[in-house]
Amino acid sequence: MNTDLAIEKLKENFGSDIISTEKKSEKRAIITINPDAILKVAEYLYKTAGFRFIIASALHTKKGFEIHYHFSLDAIGLVLNIHVILDKENPEIESLSNMFNASNWIEREMHELFGINFLNHPNQEKLISDGNWAEGVYPYRKEFK
Amino acid sequence: MGKKTLIPIGPYHPLQEEPELFKLFCDGEIVKDIKWETGYNHRSIEKLSESKTYDQVFFLVERICGICSTSHPFAFANAVEEIAGVEITDRAKYIRSFIGELERIHSHLLWVGLAGHFLGYNTVFMWAWKYREPVLDLFEMITGNRNSYAMFRVGGVRRDIENNKIPVIRKILADVKKKTDLLTGAVMDDPVIHARTKGVGILTKQDVIDYAAVGPTARASGVAIDIRKDDPYAAYPLVNWKVITAEEGDVFAKAQVRLLEMYESISIIEQCLSGLEKTKEGDINVVVKEIPEGSGAGRAEAPRGEVFHYVVSDGSNSPARHKIRAPSYVNIATFKKSCIGQTIADATISLAAVDPCYCCTERLAVAYDQKSGRKIWNAKDLIDLSTGKTSELKKNLIQLK
Repeated sequence: MNTDLAIEKLKENFGSDIISTEKKSEKRAIITINPDAILKVAEYLYKTAGFRFIIASALHTKKGFEIHYHFSLDAIGLVLNIHVILDKENPEIESLSNMFNASNWIEREMHELFGINFLNHPNQEKLISDGNWAEGVYPYRKEFK
Repeated sequence: MGKKTLIPIGPYHPLQEEPELFKLFCDGEIVKDIKWETGYNHRSIEKLSESKTYDQVFFLVERICGICSTSHPFAFANAVEEIAGVEITDRAKYIRSFIGELERIHSHLLWVGLAGHFLGYNTVFMWAWKYREPVLDLFEMITGNRNSYAMFRVGGVRRDIENNKIPVIRKILADVKKKTDLLTGAVMDDPVIHARTKGVGILTKQDVIDYAAVGPTARASGVAIDIRKDDPYAAYPLVNWKVITAEEGDVFAKAQVRLLEMYESISIIEQCLSGLEKTKEGDINVVVKEIPEGSGAGRAEAPRGEVFHYVVSDGSNSPARHKIRAPSYVNIATFKKSCIGQTIADATISLAAVDPCYCCTERLAVAYDQKSGRKIWNAKDLIDLSTGKTSELKKNLIQLK
């Protein structure tokens, strides 16, 4: 497996859901996908291709909310960034936590700090400010002062 | 379902001195379920980072953790240099790896000591922390600080290690190696430690993959991931060393991995010193004028596992988004697998086995004057005491030569 092959295989399997691909170097690649496809793409990466979930970063940008999922293929040192762009008003996406436990905390954290809703999350409680923070106020959003 | 008793560990950990709350739900002595609460000290560093310049962020991320304080600047530098497309000089690479490995030694010694303390084996605690001191002194000689070394910057390092210090560093390292032998013998051959740690807090390979655990926690369960090998950075591709793994996944295997890793670290440091002798003094920086638009993923292998920094730049002088994932974030979550079904006494060491990241930078207690006429330490006294010790160490350094 190398980076080109990994991108090629993703294109082959999920051609219609992939919006853009960018190979930055032998060890870094960015693939933007349709948010509806996250579950099947993650399932393919985790179960078939042997990727490890590192973490996900939420961003509040002009386009709306973005989540950059970071996966690592340790055998070749590749960091694969899967980008999804979510709705501005009502950001929500399928949770990955029913597939692997590694995403459980970070999804709770993104829900708490950015107000992104994770559908079918097993336990979407607050992680950091348990009970001490007002509902519906999200400190990592750009409008928060 | 019988009645369950709640045993809290926290909100201030009695032994590791860090705010966190583990709730152990026990039936008799057996832990049936476990929950944890955190966030008592949430400092919002990711958000703060967006208001700092790239140079300032180094000092900010260094304060995430007091023990592995170099691993965060290491990963951040890797991320920013990826955006800027900078290749640093060989000498800077050697210095970076030198600091990273020295930190691994002191961090692993600290963990071994704490683990001994958890088991009630205080000799190990005393020894490990005693032998950690020369390592911290070495840090103070080189960087001026015992922790938070402020060595990293975009494009290189802030301070050089002068070649005339190398013989003294070698001397101290040889001593550290001898002491490591002693400690390894005390842990690996001790029947009481075997009885308390073998078969306790087992994480299977599948658990590690499921929770995406990293570092010694993963390597002790037979998952050979190490960022230094998998995604090489700094001087790691220039030196010879091997990844230490074990198969059992219990607390003993984790101790074994950490102890044997210290030997690898000493070997890497020795090779870095040889590398420093071959490169030109002072050649430690590449000028980086501005950070272009883009994103970079920086990784570094901290003593506890992979540190991940993701930086998005909009072309300004501060990050537009800075995501940080410390290794403990994924490692601590494995407690559900390692602790349930154990006795309370075994659960505490199982929780500590992943080496959750705690701060240990305190080095002095403040004495108050209460009618006794004892001297009060004010800020200036403390600074004088600190700089006094540093200059004394430097004097000794000259004498050692």
